[in-house]
Amino acid sequence: MSSPGLADNTDISSLPDVTKRRTTSPPLPLVLAASAICLAMMIPIVYLMVRTIDAWDRVWPLIFRTRTADILWNTVSLAVAVSISTLLIAVPLAWFTTRTDLPMARMWNAILPLPLVIPSYAGAVAMIGMLGPRGIVQKQLSAAGFDWFPNIYGFGGSWLVLTLFTYPYVFLSVRGALRGLDPASEEASRSLGQGPYHTFLYCVLPQLRPSIGAGLLLVSLYTISDFGVVTMLRFETFTRSIYTQYRAAFDRSLAAGLGLILVMMAVGILLTEARFQRKASLYRVESGAARSPRVQILGRWKWPVFMWCCVISLLGLGLPIGMFIYWLATGTSAGQKLDRLPAAVWGSLSMGGSAAAAAIVVAFPIAILAVRYRDSWAAIYERWAYLGFALPGIVIALSFVFVGARFLPSLYQTFAFLVIAMVIRFLPHAVGAVKSALLQVNPNVLHASRTLGKSSPETEMRITVPLTWSGVTTGAILVFLGAMKELPIVLLLAPTGFRTLATEIWSATDGGEFGRAAAPALILIGLSMIPTLALGRRIAESGQHVS
Amino acid sequence: MIPLRLTDLRKSFGRRLVVDISSLEVNEGEILAMLGPSGCGKSTTLRMIAGLDMPDTGHIEIGGRLVADGNRSTAPEKRNVGLVFQDYALFPHLTVAENILYGIRRSNDRQQRVEEMINLVGLEGLGQRYPRELSGGQQQRVALARALAPQPELLLLDEPFSSLDQGLRQAIRSDVRRIIQQTGTTAILVTHDQEEALSIADRVAVMLDGRIAQIDDPASVYLRPATRDVATFMGEANLIPGTASSFAIETALGSTPNPEAHTGPVSVMVRPEFIKLTLDAEGGGALGTVASVQYFGHDHLVTVEMDALPQMVKIRLSQHVVVALGERVYVSIAGPTVIYTE
Repeated sequence: MSSPGLADNTDISSLPDVTKRRTTSPPLPLVLAASAICLAMMIPIVYLMVRTIDAWDRVWPLIFRTRTADILWNTVSLAVAVSISTLLIAVPLAWFTTRTDLPMARMWNAILPLPLVIPSYAGAVAMIGMLGPRGIVQKQLSAAGFDWFPNIYGFGGSWLVLTLFTYPYVFLSVRGALRGLDPASEEASRSLGQGPYHTFLYCVLPQLRPSIGAGLLLVSLYTISDFGVVTMLRFETFTRSIYTQYRAAFDRSLAAGLGLILVMMAVGILLTEARFQRKASLYRVESGAARSPRVQILGRWKWPVFMWCCVISLLGLGLPIGMFIYWLATGTSAGQKLDRLPAAVWGSLSMGGSAAAAAIVVAFPIAILAVRYRDSWAAIYERWAYLGFALPGIVIALSFVFVGARFLPSLYQTFAFLVIAMVIRFLPHAVGAVKSALLQVNPNVLHASRTLGKSSPETEMRITVPLTWSGVTTGAILVFLGAMKELPIVLLLAPTGFRTLATEIWSATDGGEFGRAAAPALILIGLSMIPTLALGRRIAESGQHVS
Repeated sequence: MIPLRLTDLRKSFGRRLVVDISSLEVNEGEILAMLGPSGCGKSTTLRMIAGLDMPDTGHIEIGGRLVADGNRSTAPEKRNVGLVFQDYALFPHLTVAENILYGIRRSNDRQQRVEEMINLVGLEGLGQRYPRELSGGQQQRVALARALAPQPELLLLDEPFSSLDQGLRQAIRSDVRRIIQQTGTTAILVTHDQEEALSIADRVAVMLDGRIAQIDDPASVYLRPATRDVATFMGEANLIPGTASSFAIETALGSTPNPEAHTGPVSVMVRPEFIKLTLDAEGGGALGTVASVQYFGHDHLVTVEMDALPQMVKIRLSQHVVVALGERVYVSIAGPTVIYTE
């Protein structure tokens, strides 16, 4: 039948719609863009595989030796130890700050997450200055006539430092869950005759499992991919061996092989956590917590708990900052120069800014597919992007060195190449932020705009962009902070002479002049602190923090 | 010009046929309610008219223009159709005035039009507020003003009162009817609430399982439902077996006139308010026992277990009649009935 009245043949499948039950196929340009990005994300891992298999004859005897077993044991035991200690510190703290009459609870809620702004390697430097050879504690001890000194190097020190600077991941995640928990279930438990401790153990704690799992996922991934702390504290885990192999050996195939094992470990952790969350989602209930929960009176435990909060904050926040200020004061008064700093600051800012902008642009196609076409196969791209969580910085850096040196010599050791590596490293954070911003937009609002006579592009410009703006900025800031703190990628990929605050801290410890780390560390902490405090709530609630 | 005509409209999700409308026409200036239980396809129909869903087959004509024919579909922004969403879907980043302005085409008197709309829906002085600063009822008015501002050929309302609380609903309902009529707009309202449909619409289309089971004025839909399904969906109904002769139909509750030539076994539909209950045998009727009493304030609904019938009979009683549980009562038909032969 002829259709003279048909105004145009615009296909409505271009209309964003998450409520539509029948799957509409996503627009081709979007799919192409997302495919290209996901392919790029696979380059590092594919290249590691190729490289390992290629040199299999030489690599396998090196990999299957007791040395590797030691490294594996070290990495796993450190990850387990840090997970357990963060759990023991963070879960009680989260409960104390949300559910009890802890004095100054508001202040603790602001302070306890703050160790996140201190890069863990900077924390390691401070800890060496405190407890290391010729450190403050040793000087005091030997002055007092002791000849026993605590040993900061190795497992113990790494465990301590990583615990102090990663417990906020678990703290924030559990605190968020506690705040969202419907107090009615606790009230029901109490009215059924159970006391506060029984209620916490059998009613509250089981409901916190998903949030504990999410926090521990971040902690364990952080621990196995951490490069700075274990290298400075000389504890032989995968990241440190990869770096040593890369620096020392002519044949870098072994480094590739070790990197591959590390990635497999990270994937294993991600998959375990995903199973955990799937099970957990079965008993998750819509939180209708409009009322504030009952406050538990601590009684005579009030001040011991208060002291405990003080100790944790002093170690995680006071000690490193105090140490750096002390060094800065004594160092500059001894004539130490700060002339390298402006270049490092500019390096950090420019690299962080470029990475943030690029990551957000790249995240959009993937996030749009995930939110608006979640019933279709295109949503797989999002899962794919999350695989980026399984790629430690050192592994991305290593594979980029391989790929750059062999196939892209013109790009290798350029600023652009460095930024691309950063984007791959932090893409999951950006996708997460853009996705949750897009999810906040009621699809009916977009439909309303269409029925009011606005085309699809105009709707995106006038409705979607303003509504997602703040969420997207949060994502950009997360990437910015992460990139500024990132160490191994810059160490391996930076153009000659390019320095950032992170590499300044690193080179200071490399030369044993810890005092030189003070100024860049303080600037880095200050730069991270401002947006973290400003966006504190938003970042904390999105549950995402950049390592 | 017919504002809306649907012809052989069909839409399936997977294997399930959710909309199957052979023909529907809406007249100029009328308010048509599409009434049906949830999942009957009424919202999908509305979305297809607005251009947010595409029909599998069939035609949609708006104001004489063909906008969808199963292969092609005019984009929603080119249809000149206003839509009021169930959740209002106001633009949260725009003020009330900006929300209303959004859809008005560029011209010199845009601001004046916004002012008119604000006055029309009674939101004077609230133009600079943001949606979250308004009550549910006020948001509803903004949604209506925004949809009416571009002077659409057709206004669609998707369950517009379901997010309002009971007390507010009645007042806003009559306001909305007044506003729509004042602008002379043709409107289609989708709802699952019979009372809402009956009180606001000029005509009611009852939709069951994707089909339009009956389309009529409110009183006819209630008093003369076309099928048993419509009868039971539109409020309480008693379906009592009877035998039709050429003059009357005999049932256990007495006889009722036979309007049709049909004879043989039939079902007789009687609304609860058209059944008489007495405590003595004077008025005649069949004997039964009171099984339950539901009190509603303005009236109450009594179910009676009949001695001579397998099913319960529902009776609506005015306030001053009082019966007790277990009481023996006499029941008889006392009002209009509808006969179903199948």
